Formats: sequence, structure tokens, C-alpha cells
Amino acid sequence: MSVLYADYPVASEGSFADFRVRLKPPRSHRRWWQPQVLFEVDGAVIFEPFPREAALPLFEWGLNWCIAKRSHQFLMLHSAVVEKDGKAILMPALPGSGKSTLCAALVNRGWRLLSDEFGLVDPGSGMLVPAPRPIPLKNQSIDVIRRFAPDATLGPSFPKTRKGTVAHMRAPADSVRRMDERATPRRIVFPRYEAEAHLSLEPLPKDLAFLRLANNSFNYQLLGADGFRTVERIVRHCEVHQLTYSDLDEAIARFDDLAR
Amino acid sequence: MINASWSPRAFVLLCTALARPRALGGLREAEWNDLVPAARSAGVLARLARLLEREGVFHELPVRVANHLAGAVRAADANQRIILWELDRVERALRDCAVRPIALKGAGYALAGLTAAEGRVFSDLDLLVPRQDLEEVERLLAAGGWRSRDLDDYDQRYYRAWMHEIPPLRHRVREVEVDIHHNLLPLTGRVALDAGLLHTSARPSASRRTLVLAPPDMVLHSAAHLFFGGEFERGLRDLSDVHLLLGEFARTEPDFWMDLVDRSMQLGLARPLLYALRFCVRLFGTPVPDEVLVSLGTRGPNALARVAMDWAVPLALLPDTSDERWMRKGLARRLLWSRSHWLRMPPGMLAYHFARKSWKRLAAPRGEQGGEPADAGIAQRIGRVNRD
Repeated sequence: MSVLYADYPVASEGSFADFRVRLKPPRSHRRWWQPQVLFEVDGAVIFEPFPREAALPLFEWGLNWCIAKRSHQFLMLHSAVVEKDGKAILMPALPGSGKSTLCAALVNRGWRLLSDEFGLVDPGSGMLVPAPRPIPLKNQSIDVIRRFAPDATLGPSFPKTRKGTVAHMRAPADSVRRMDERATPRRIVFPRYEAEAHLSLEPLPKDLAFLRLANNSFNYQLLGADGFRTVERIVRHCEVHQLTYSDLDEAIARFDDLAR
Repeated sequence: MINASWSPRAFVLLCTALARPRALGGLREAEWNDLVPAARSAGVLARLARLLEREGVFHELPVRVANHLAGAVRAADANQRIILWELDRVERALRDCAVRPIALKGAGYALAGLTAAEGRVFSDLDLLVPRQDLEEVERLLAAGGWRSRDLDDYDQRYYRAWMHEIPPLRHRVREVEVDIHHNLLPLTGRVALDAGLLHTSARPSASRRTLVLAPPDMVLHSAAHLFFGGEFERGLRDLSDVHLLLGEFARTEPDFWMDLVDRSMQLGLARPLLYALRFCVRLFGTPVPDEVLVSLGTRGPNALARVAMDWAVPLALLPDTSDERWMRKGLARRLLWSRSHWLRMPPGMLAYHFARKSWKRLAAPRGEQGGEPADAGIAQRIGRVNRD
């Protein structure tokens, strides 16, 4: 954790913390024998225990849970968000989209990371609120990013989690430094990884984009009419594309075009 | 008011906040750091936000604190929308019969337009119907798509013969639990409550069909629920319901206090009322007239019970956010829970009930005993009602 969170400022004593979390051993024999670890938030344990060596993925999932359950002041889209030259791009997570891989690749080529997991939209202003954190890479993506960006800092690999092997990539220091800087959504790109595919970038009808975005939100229903209005506003102000790719460098070049 | 030297800081802050939200204007960030998690865990974060708005001090809060309160209000509003929609559907299912159900607890406060409803999180929809109409209501709801979980014969009998409600219902395409009651207290309990009286005094509400309890009955139900029900995990919220109801009715209802005392004697609920009033005074400084406490005092508990309750109740109400006194808190909650079961059933029946429950727990395969599944795929589970 000291590696992945090296660039983050430490809160001063007495300042307000969004979430009070703790990783702690269980009060049972599993404290010593095949030791386990629990994730606690505000005094309550969520999730079943993890093996102690998998404390880091537990911490990351636990923090995601905190955000997803408790941040209804935002419309929460399940989406990666990156930004360049003031233009933010949403990449909604659909199964098999390779969103994390693409996101990790982009932020190693000069894009700013707002989030790999949460597109947090302020319903009042329509702006995207950053929450830069380590990017969890799964299975083959780990080696793909190691080859693509040998300088990126990756944490240890955790085999046999629910999502297979997971390793976390450290968020770029510049993205962490600018974590209070909001961004305006300009593009929505639905990525799709397809082995051997030629790069293609097709415009997508906005009604379809609306439905995909709403269905992919953590709290669209909860926000009621404001949820509808917020999604509508994003879709109206953004160009929407479907991106099919197999090569990361090609995909990034196309993203750079989109930022111009 | 609450004795600050005795209690954990967060608890004192939380009680002060619920009693006098205006006092929170000048709170330091470090104090919010204690207060927000405590209020969240007690289920009153959104209520606190609404009270602060009402007092006009919400804009004085630090931005990051206000964010959390605003998020909690969003979730509470959605929760109310969903529960009241469920009520709308139930009313539709009952449209061809003459039954006029009474909405209890949260939904009742909302239909009556009370402050106690603002920012309150409802866990389910509780309705009261006359016992003689129960069969028809059940039949209509079943026809409308509501089902109860499969229960074995013992559990069926537990509800049917002994309890004050039928097994919880859930519509097949929705998530909300609907509890149909025919009384406020179990049939096997020490107090035999005449539910007919509740229906006679019930009042019209914002809904055309559904009624709400009369103000004294609303307070008495809330008090009885807390001090007979024995579940103190949400106890502070429930006690704060009573505090808000008392404050509002004392302003709006002529002769409210006198009616409340008389009604409590008539329904046999003087004891839980006395407890509720005493702890409201102690924790929130609720302005209860002395003569009310004096006239209820004759129905009060003996000295031993009083000492035990004075020890156990504030401990049981402590928020779960700190490790302070966790052992004593657990003990106090268990004690109150045991007390409520003691009041709920005669001893022989109680012994049999526990023996059976323990046996079932031992016989059940591991992993069926609840707890949150270790699911990292959060997306599917959220977006639904947030009861957090």
C-alpha cells in the first residue's frame, strides 16, 4: 500500500475523513491459524474475510463499496474517466470492454486519470469529479501493461481472487496531485477489445448511449428525476463513439485525435 | 440532558445534534469526524440533514460534510419513494374491498406529513388491518402477486397463532417487504391490546384510502415497538422518532399530553410510554410536562427494574462506530432482547421457541446464517434501495 499510495497527501490530525475504514484480524483462531483479514467501515464489517495476504485487494474493493453505497450526492456511472487538455472522456464499463487496460494505457501516455471505476457526475454542474486510485489489472492485462509501459509501478499479483489474478497499477503522480480539479465531459467512448480487429471508431446514436449509460449507473434509479436529467445532459453535450480495437498504440492515437 | 462525562463523545454529539441541530453550526471538522459515522450507523444521517435544513444552518457546514449529508438525503428520499409506491400498489390491489388499512411507523409519518418522516429511512411497509379482514386482504394481495417466503409448519403457526402480523410478504417483481399487522403487540404477550380502538380513532391522511393512527396512538406504538420489540440496533432513531412526534403534537394537538396519558392507560401501554418519555428527556431534553411523568409514575416499574433499564437502555443505544464499551453494549442489548421475549410469550412457550430455534440453527448448513456475501461485483447490488 505504501507503494501504490506513495503520492497521496496524508490527512492532518482532526480533519474530516470521508470514510473511516480499518483492516483488522478476526476475533477468532483465524487471527493466528491461516490468518484472515476483515474490512471494517464505521465499526461494521462488510464482506466475508479474505486471506491476510490479500488485504490490498480487499481494501480496494472495500473502498469501492464505500463510494458506491454512500456517494449519492453524485450520479455514479460505472465508467473509467480520463482527461487531456480539459476534455474528459467517459469509458463506460461493459463486460469484455477492456476498459481498465485501455485506461491504464492512456494514463501512461499523458492522459490524466480521474477514475478507473467511477464516473462521478455532480448533478448541479454536470462536471466530473475525480477519484484517482490504483487501477486493478486482471489476468492477461497485467502482462500487457507491463510490456506496454515498463516504467509503470505495479503492486504484487494476487492469484485466485474472484476476478482471477489481480495486480494494481499506481495512479500517475500528476493525476493524484490534481485530484480536486473537476473536468467537463466531452466524449463518451464505448470501448470493445477484439483480438486482431482493425481499429474502428463509429458514432453511436444518442438514444442508445442514454440507455447504456443509465443502465450502467450505480444509482440512476435512486436519483429519480435528477438521474434522468443528469444522464440526458451528459449525452446531449458529448459526442458518442463505439471503439473497436486490438492494438493499444493505435487506440491511443485515436484518443489523442478526439482530444484535439 | 445527557451526562457528558459518562458517554462516548460521538454519542453525546449525536444526541445533542438530534435535540438541537442549530448547535451544530460551529462544529469543528474533528467533531464531524465523530458525528457523521455515528449518525450513519444509527440510521439518522438524512434526518439530521433535514433538521439542519429546517433550522436554516445547512449552508454553514463544511462542504465535505454537507456532501455526505446530501448523499444520505438522496438515498432516504429514494427509499421513501419506493415504499410509498409499494403502498400505492397495495391500495390498488385492495381497491375492490372496503378495508381501510392504517399505515404504521415511517409510512404513517409520511402520510400524516410529520417532521418525523423527513429524511427517515423506512425498512419496510407496515400496515394494520382489522383482524376480521385479514383473510380477504391476504387473498387479494396473493392475487396481486405478493408472496411470503416458504415457511415450515412451526413458523406458520408462530405467526398465525401467536404473533400480531402474518408472515412478511414481498411482491414477486419488487424488493420491498410488506408486513400486514392485525395488532401492535403479539397475541401471546402480557398486554392484550384492543386493536379495535386504534381503528375507531384512526385519521384520514394524504392518501385517499389509507389511514394513519391518531397522534397519541402513534406515539404509543413507537414507544411499545421500542420497549416491547427489544431490537435496539435502530433504537436511537426510534427514540428520536418519539422525540420529534412529541414536539410536533405538543404544538399542534390541543390537550395532547392529557390524551396521551389517558390513552396509554386505556391501551395498557403506560409502562412503555413512561420509559420512552424518560429516555427522551434524558437523552434529548424533550420538554415533557412534569405532571405527565408523575401521573405515569404510579404505573412505573419497581426499583430494581428501573435501575436495570437505566443502565441498559443508554448502553444499548450507543452507535456501532466505536469499540468503546462494546462488551457492555452487547450485554445490554441481549438483556433488553431477552426482556422483550419474556414479555412476548409465557415461559413454557418461550422455552420451546428457543429450543427449536437453537436446534434449527445447529441443523442448518453453514453459510445460510446471513451475513453479507463476499461479492466484489458491486454494480449489480447497488442502484437498488440503499438501506445504508
